[in-house]
Amino acid sequence: MKVLSEERTRILFEKLTKYIGVNVKQLIDRPDGTYCFREKKDRVYYISERILHLAQTVKPDHLISAGTCFGKFTKTNKFRLHITALSYIAPYAPYKVWVKPSSEQQFLYGHHIIKSGLSRITDNTPKHHGVVICTMSDIPIGFGVAARTTAECRHADPLATIVFHQADVGEYIRAEDTLT
Amino acid sequence: MGRKAKFDETKKVKKGPGRKARKQPDPVFKKELLIDETTTEKKLTHRQKQRAAKRSKKKAEIVEKRKALKQAKKNVAKQTEVVLDNDENDSDEEIAKGFTDENKEWLKPKQKVSKKQKKPVAADSDSEEGDDDVDDDGSEVSEQSEAEEESDVEENVKNKAGKKKAGGEKYKVGTLDDLFKDSDVENGDATSEDENESSNKLEYDSDSDDEEKGSDDDDDDDDDMLPIEKANIKLKKKQKEDKKLSEEEMQLNIAKQDVFAFPSEHELQNPTSLQDVLQRIKDVIHVLGNFSNLKEEGRSRCEYTDLLLQDLCTYYSYNEFLMEILMQIFPVQELIEFLEASEVARPVTIRTNSLKTRRRELAQALINRGVNLDPVGKWSKVGLVVYSSTVPIGATPEYLAGHYILQGASSFLPVMALAPQENERILDMCAAPGGKASHIAAIMKNTGVLFANDANKERTKAIVGNFHRLGVANSVLCNHDGREFPNVMKGFDRVLLDAPCTGTGVIAKDPSVKTTKDQKDIQRCFNIQRQLLLAAIDCCSAKSSTGGYIVYSTCSILPEENEWVVNYALKRRNVKLVPTGLDFGTEGFVKYRHHRFHPSLKHTRRFYPHTHNMDGFFVAKLKKFSNVIPEPFKDEDDEDIEAKQNGDDQTEEETPKTEDTKQAPVKRSAPTDASQPQKKKNKIDAQTSPSNAAQDVKTIESTEKKGNNKKKNKNQKKNKKNKQNMDNSTEVKVNNADNKSSSGKTETANKPQNENVNKKNKKNKQNMASSTEVKVNNADNHSSGGKTETANKPKTENINKKNKKNKGKQNAVNGSPSLKNESASVTPTQNKTEVVQNNQSPNKKKNKKKKGKNQSPNPQSQPINKNENKITEKVEVAAATKLKEKLNKKKKQIGQINPNKDKKPAKGQPGKNFKKNKA
Repeated sequence: MKVLSEERTRILFEKLTKYIGVNVKQLIDRPDGTYCFREKKDRVYYISERILHLAQTVKPDHLISAGTCFGKFTKTNKFRLHITALSYIAPYAPYKVWVKPSSEQQFLYGHHIIKSGLSRITDNTPKHHGVVICTMSDIPIGFGVAARTTAECRHADPLATIVFHQADVGEYIRAEDTLT
Repeated sequence: MGRKAKFDETKKVKKGPGRKARKQPDPVFKKELLIDETTTEKKLTHRQKQRAAKRSKKKAEIVEKRKALKQAKKNVAKQTEVVLDNDENDSDEEIAKGFTDENKEWLKPKQKVSKKQKKPVAADSDSEEGDDDVDDDGSEVSEQSEAEEESDVEENVKNKAGKKKAGGEKYKVGTLDDLFKDSDVENGDATSEDENESSNKLEYDSDSDDEEKGSDDDDDDDDDMLPIEKANIKLKKKQKEDKKLSEEEMQLNIAKQDVFAFPSEHELQNPTSLQDVLQRIKDVIHVLGNFSNLKEEGRSRCEYTDLLLQDLCTYYSYNEFLMEILMQIFPVQELIEFLEASEVARPVTIRTNSLKTRRRELAQALINRGVNLDPVGKWSKVGLVVYSSTVPIGATPEYLAGHYILQGASSFLPVMALAPQENERILDMCAAPGGKASHIAAIMKNTGVLFANDANKERTKAIVGNFHRLGVANSVLCNHDGREFPNVMKGFDRVLLDAPCTGTGVIAKDPSVKTTKDQKDIQRCFNIQRQLLLAAIDCCSAKSSTGGYIVYSTCSILPEENEWVVNYALKRRNVKLVPTGLDFGTEGFVKYRHHRFHPSLKHTRRFYPHTHNMDGFFVAKLKKFSNVIPEPFKDEDDEDIEAKQNGDDQTEEETPKTEDTKQAPVKRSAPTDASQPQKKKNKIDAQTSPSNAAQDVKTIESTEKKGNNKKKNKNQKKNKKNKQNMDNSTEVKVNNADNKSSSGKTETANKPQNENVNKKNKKNKQNMASSTEVKVNNADNHSSGGKTETANKPKTENINKKNKKNKGKQNAVNGSPSLKNESASVTPTQNKTEVVQNNQSPNKKKNKKKKGKNQSPNPQSQPINKNENKITEKVEVAAATKLKEKLNKKKKQIGQINPNKDKKPAKGQPGKNFKKNKA
């Protein structure tokens, strides 16, 4: 559990900003205590400082995880968000995409969202901005990157990709071993 | 929604090309068809009429027959036949007879009379019945009369004629009812009254509808039968029935007795089919239920139970060991229920994740997906039972979004018993796969801190997945051996220990338990469970304002893994049992076979598949009232007893290694899976050694050997002279000391050493004679101890190597290397003592040439760490040759030990240790 370097902090927050915009600061300034980002084996954990203090008593070799894992830094020093961050991204995300019940399952198996599976999309979604994918009952099931703007979606081909898949909750089953 | 037929022909639909094209005309029906069906009768032919007449006749006959049957009187039946012989017309006439105006007048007075006389009449009939039937009481008479009075009151509202008929009929009906009543069972007062009333009313209505039929028969019967006759018939019938029943019973009894004859050897060896086995099981259970009457001459109960055991094993495919234990836990009938219930899977249950959703919403969402579910019970607000599902319940979007988790109903219980509060620090010691731990987090509402620990690194991945899926953010996941956890962190408000167990409560989930478990597995389990429970108690803080609770749970139903473990902890820690807060489940055992547990164990709860429809489970809630770890001296007796009880079985693995049980207890203290790296141990030793080394030595024999030559000598002596029991007792004490010391590391460190020793012992045994073996073993132990401790110091190792090389195979004597090791190990911990020991060790090496202090040999003697294995081999080879030498050495060593002791006390703790050892 070490503090993120300046460089990595910047990369992390740039990435987070893509998904939740200015709400990033709400992750830092919380009424229920101070929270911080810590790095362990290239994984970034978001954790309350109170818990962090206790977690530091556990030897690093024996510490599996603490708080919430947000993602990891790749070997090329890029940050990749994991599905485990969804519970913090979803409430703050300004842009969302709702999928039809028929295409929920498709998305949960790791496919992109195509126009025919699209039910709703937030207005003014810019291209290549991070979006959170929800079911029609407003359950967040993943996130991705908008392939088209809202306006373009209207005239898109039924098979055209609207959202590029990045992470979905199906990974809890498909990739349990690599979650963190 | 077809066309509307216009049956009224007066309205003619317009005709025309346009009309036709647009619409089909309404259907036209012939006039004949529209005429009422009543006219159709006219069209009946003569034959048809005849047939109809016959039909109606037959119907009437059937009705009458039925009534006749109801009365179940032969006489009555005859009469009805007579009646049947008459034509319909006749019957009509009769009816006319009965209900003409003339009759009316005739009836009236009778009615009036009967109204007055009714009571006497009824009383007569009843009294007669009463005379005949011993069972009938006067109370019935009064009831009857009451009923009639009531009916009279009702009658006032109605017509007189109706009254009369109804009254008369009622009277008759009433008697009939009585008959039936008697023939059936005697009802209670209230019920009989009600029945009378209701039946009267019913009869009244039906009779008023069709006055003739019913009254006919009744009239006939009543006319022909005197009350006394009826009573007689009834009585006869009753007697007949009784006789018949008793005969049947007799035959049944005879049959049952006949059915079970104790099978012969041949039959037992050649079982024909499972059905036969099942039948035999039933028979034996029947016999056991009434043993004194049903047993076969010359057979003991033991034989029957053995047979039952065999049959149950074959039928349910258990191994005999487990079945025997189960038979000890349950009475026979309950055992069968348990076994049956263990064959059937428990219903799938899910737990709502209250962090993300509510149960009602979740239920609605799942119902929309085609899942059939229900709340699990009033005792849980988060549980749902899934009866059937059209979708995989473990892969719905709700599941993936963390709205629920698949979890057995029994898994709710320990968490409910733990009753976590917000902002507490809680530990789940064996958390994987995280179901209970996430439940705790949900109850805490993500406040406080939850430590989830599991010893298996692979399984911690499941915890990670579940925690993130369920949105648990207040958790710290770690991968420690639970027994070491007190060294990591203490002071938890609550601790949940869902200990690893044999799983005898979840046989439905994992049937392999039936055949794979034996005494060894159980002992291994409860040894680990005891250590875990003590560790859990140590982790908990008694000073917590809100907590200080430990919940111990297993999915096993064996008392060895449950009550016994808790009882063990009660003796060794300042804890007491408190009610679990679960209002169902059966109380834990206070007595089990020869065990007498602490009476407070009734606060624990057991759950069985056959009584609670959830997995077999055990929950105990402990409250820690002091952080002080009590002296274990009182427990020695118990320990000894337990050691003796278990000693044979517990150390099955170990015993083969060690010829004698002498070392077995040592091994017992050490867990079987001593997979911990030696480095840690060494480090630990190095850290603690300066201060605690002496303690360690005291506590564990192996450590003792390491630390002091004196001890070795003593042990050797003991081994030679003392009996095995003595060793056991001492070892037990040592174990206790370990517990007290609370340094888990030291304990664990010793474990591997012991194992090594064991291996060595085996080898040695093979080569050597028994008496000599003992000596060798001791030496080996020393060497092993030396290894572990000295591992940290490379210099000494090198030296050792050199020494080995130099001395070569000549010195390969068993005793010498071991002694060296010992000395080396001791050196880091105790400077002065080390020197002394070193002196000793070189002496040994040189075969007692130098008894004095040789400091120079010390550096040389220290080595051996890495080479120990090689050394041991050498030792084995050379063991035989140097046995005699050792004997001599021992004497000398003893002499040397004394000076060592003198020096050691100067350092303090070690000296104490030695004293104790001497004592």
